[in-house]
Amino acid sequence: MSPKVSKRVLITGLSTYWGGRLAQALERDPEIETVIGVDRRPPKVELQRTEWVEVADSHSLIRRIVQGAQIDTVVDTRLVVDSVVTSARRAHENNVMGTLNVLAACSGADSCVRKFVFKSSAHFYGAEQDDPAYFTEEMRRPHPPRTSLERDIVEAESAVQEFRDKHPEITVTVLRFANGLGPNLNTSHMRYLTLPVVPTILGFDPRYQFIHSDDMAGVLEHAVREDLDGIYNAGADGVLALTEVVDLLGKQWVPLLPPWGTGIAAASLRRAGLAIPPEMLQQLRFGRAIDNRKLKATGYRYRYTTRETVLRLREHQRVAPLLGRRSADGYRYEREVEEFLRRSPSVVRRNRAPEPVRNVAPGGRTPPKPSRPRRPAAAPPEYDELEAEEVIALMRSFETDDLEALRRYEAGRAGREPVLRAIDSLLSRARSPA
Amino acid sequence: MAEEVRTTLAGGSTEVARREDLREYLPAIEPERQVSDWGRSERIEGLIDRTIVDFLYHLWFRCEIEGIENVPGDGGALIVSNHSGALPPDAMMIVKAIKEEHPHPRPVHLTVEHFFKGYPGFSALLPKVGGVAAHPANVQRLLYDEQQLVLVFPEGRKGTEKLYKDRYRLRRFGRGGFVEAAMRGHAPIIPVAVVGAEESMPAFAQLKPLQRLTGLIYFPITPTWPHFGLLGMVGYLPAKFKIRFLPPVRTDDLGDEPWEDKALVQTIAHDVRATIQEELLDMVGKRRSVWFG
Repeated sequence: MSPKVSKRVLITGLSTYWGGRLAQALERDPEIETVIGVDRRPPKVELQRTEWVEVADSHSLIRRIVQGAQIDTVVDTRLVVDSVVTSARRAHENNVMGTLNVLAACSGADSCVRKFVFKSSAHFYGAEQDDPAYFTEEMRRPHPPRTSLERDIVEAESAVQEFRDKHPEITVTVLRFANGLGPNLNTSHMRYLTLPVVPTILGFDPRYQFIHSDDMAGVLEHAVREDLDGIYNAGADGVLALTEVVDLLGKQWVPLLPPWGTGIAAASLRRAGLAIPPEMLQQLRFGRAIDNRKLKATGYRYRYTTRETVLRLREHQRVAPLLGRRSADGYRYEREVEEFLRRSPSVVRRNRAPEPVRNVAPGGRTPPKPSRPRRPAAAPPEYDELEAEEVIALMRSFETDDLEALRRYEAGRAGREPVLRAIDSLLSRARSPA
Repeated sequence: MAEEVRTTLAGGSTEVARREDLREYLPAIEPERQVSDWGRSERIEGLIDRTIVDFLYHLWFRCEIEGIENVPGDGGALIVSNHSGALPPDAMMIVKAIKEEHPHPRPVHLTVEHFFKGYPGFSALLPKVGGVAAHPANVQRLLYDEQQLVLVFPEGRKGTEKLYKDRYRLRRFGRGGFVEAAMRGHAPIIPVAVVGAEESMPAFAQLKPLQRLTGLIYFPITPTWPHFGLLGMVGYLPAKFKIRFLPPVRTDDLGDEPWEDKALVQTIAHDVRATIQEELLDMVGKRRSVWFG
């Protein structure tokens, strides 16, 4: 199998932290022709040439973007791995149904997708009493999933597995990430470790492995650049005991949670403002570590060990109060500005795609020429959104040469049979009396 | 497509072939840390070692060691021993013996039942002093990838819950899992016979209802437990300890993937068990006094 060079990348979940970081990394590289991101919310980070398309995970729309932009690599970063950020139902909708939709958009006989990267989580393995000290990729869960989040992740991964079986020509990478830590992350573990006093379960000192947010972005980028087929664990080197983590942060740990009835105690903590999701409760009891050597063997070098990741977090926690409430640069997506920066000829682009024209019409097809302004059907951007019946309904008011232009456009693009037939019949009717 | 049939996503090449390539990718040791990746804490282990273990080893049990040269100075090795005493002191003493008597003292990882990871207190403490859950993957990683010494008790809880009247009669050696682990780790098996632990904390009866109530793996009646409370848990009688390390049994010269040959695994497991049993009877037969050796 020849190495697959990624040139045209689609990131689903652009507005997640990972999606944004990955897009920033990829768009800096002139070898990458196009970076397109889909999400239902606007991006949270400033992007130079990545284009955001506001789409939820509807497979027909993503499919059209994939085909239209001749995407060769799809990176799926949507997976929700923290059950506190959203409701269980919405997490399921996103994690399982969303994954199925994205996979459906990538499949099909004429699909141009050659690589599919799926961001999964070490929650796949769970955390149980009889776990091995290090999970390796080929290990299955020793027990069925306990929480709805874990169930969703297992289900999503099995959908990816099925996709991989059906499409042997596509490189499928599954990345199982350890718990992430980093200044801009908002996860249960980040909130937990930011507390002035860290509550632990009495009589337990679980082993913890983290991954720095820079490394998470780095691993995703590595997966886009290299050809990694299969499952890879991604977690920093080194496993710390929870008490060691808290000590490194310069904080105090207090065995506040009872070993029995921990769930009830956690529920009362939730009322006091600290939400500990069930899968984290399992980790606080039994801990978890993953064997990261398979990924290291592919050439990836982690920037931080688990210990260094925790030390970086301590630095951040010391500086954070000085920076005030919003430590980020306060970026807000403004569609008009972003459109102007990407499309206007006045903008001097320092970071541009190699051939900007190909950004508009990928795959070597020439775009329909902008023609006289009174032609309604030539190429208004919404044209492709219209259903065949709507187009036919509109057609009756068109001039003959408009119809001919529309026919050329339709044949070159969607090529919908009923539309073409309707144009032909209108044209013949227009010509016959003359 | 001219590509070989793909294995499942979770599959991949055989486990051991994979591991052979991955040893160089083990995480580097961070010298600033006092806790190992397995959760072992130098500070806590050192503290217990200097106090309780030192006292028990030298003064209380007056351990006598034979055949320490059978423990290799480097590389992985699986130490297999008989197991006894309600709260067994044998593991502590074997670890201490290697630390005290061996020309190249090395840390020993002792495998403990999964139960302890789920029981508050034990769960936090045991990894700190070198306890590792008795999972085949853990033993294999320690033996092969990290080239460490691992101590196992194939009898498991069947050895420690047996009553005083059954002393020095070895229980079943599991399902031969320890042999398989040694084979996969390409490590020799070093059988060990320990005399004295049986008498240090004899169990006279097992109380099922109290076991259920406390959630422990068993609830014995010993000379000091439960009537002296928590202190009675470590109320060892001063029996004389004798620990004999026996010549290693090699597992790396048995051909390719010997662990697939279940008959061979069972034979070796049986042989190791028989060797230890024989040595035990020999040592007990020569012993003149339980307390003075």
